Amino acid sequence: MHRAILAALNEERAARRAAVVVTELATGRQRLVREADAGADPLAGDIERAIVSGKSGIVETAEGEVFLNAHLPPARIVAIGAVHISQALAPMAKIAGFDFEIIDPRTAFASPERFPGVTLHAEWPEDVLKARPFDPYTAVCVITHDPKIDDVPLISALNTGCFYIGALGSRKTHGRRVDRLKEAGIPQSSIERIDAPIGADIGAANPGEIAVAILASVIEAFRKRKMFAERRGETAAA
Amino acid sequence: MSETFTELDVLSTAERWAGEGRHLALATVVETWGSAPRPTGSHLVIDADGNFEGSVSGGCVEGAVVSEALDVIDAGEPRMLEFGVADETAWRVGLSCGGRIRVYVEKVN
Repeated sequence: MHRAILAALNEERAARRAAVVVTELATGRQRLVREADAGADPLAGDIERAIVSGKSGIVETAEGEVFLNAHLPPARIVAIGAVHISQALAPMAKIAGFDFEIIDPRTAFASPERFPGVTLHAEWPEDVLKARPFDPYTAVCVITHDPKIDDVPLISALNTGCFYIGALGSRKTHGRRVDRLKEAGIPQSSIERIDAPIGADIGAANPGEIAVAILASVIEAFRKRKMFAERRGETAAA
Repeated sequence: MSETFTELDVLSTAERWAGEGRHLALATVVETWGSAPRPTGSHLVIDADGNFEGSVSGGCVEGAVVSEALDVIDAGEPRMLEFGVADETAWRVGLSCGGRIRVYVEKVN
């Protein structure tokens, strides 16, 4: 591998963008294909399949065997709300292998004492998102119950096409939320992507159980590759 | 996964080692059959002194890959290795899990 390819690949990975290393096994010739450029590559179809499936593998071409190594960003969970549920979700998410971070402007909630070792942003979501925007490999869980905090990141997640978007609250609370989103001009097809009430329907009754339910739903969305639902035409583009 | 990226990430390690002027080879699992311990695309990076980071199996064949990698660092030409129970080398270095893997070893230059 040429060092320039290695450096460019690591740059894509650090920026949380998908990329594929294409290696002609007979000759050793190699190129890096960024997700944004996949459509223009001679192996566009195979490369796009590798990105969508997340699976690397060999494809047969006229030039012989070509190995496609798909590098996808690691999945991360962003919780909007440094609440009791997040205290249970933080260690569980880490054990399950997800990056995990919390955004909550209320410094009394988002304190290192309550969340030792967890990435905390004690700022307004709109400010955090300027520097660290969501991407399709991000799951967003809005769990503050406060529209002032929840709505901006929720809309951002819908517009980004995050692979999982869940919102805490009763059906009544969610009904009011849907009204606000409609007023903000969010299309119905996007609103329907929100998992609400949040998490798998297992009758979760306390913060720890709700965290399990949320994590189950996030894992389901991740493993069933829901980050690509729009591209597969299963849902309208967010 | 953030810890993996900063501490145990093979490709970041490769870039760092290359930046230090070390001569390297990169081994990649390109194909697996049966129950293979590491998925296709997994990496092992090796330097000319035999230091390595990452894995292409559960530790069963890394030793053999490292010694082949030292040849690749010298010769410069990539090499394809195959390991598994169907291979006669299974008695020497094989996959106890019963799987079979192909590993592509290339120089980083």
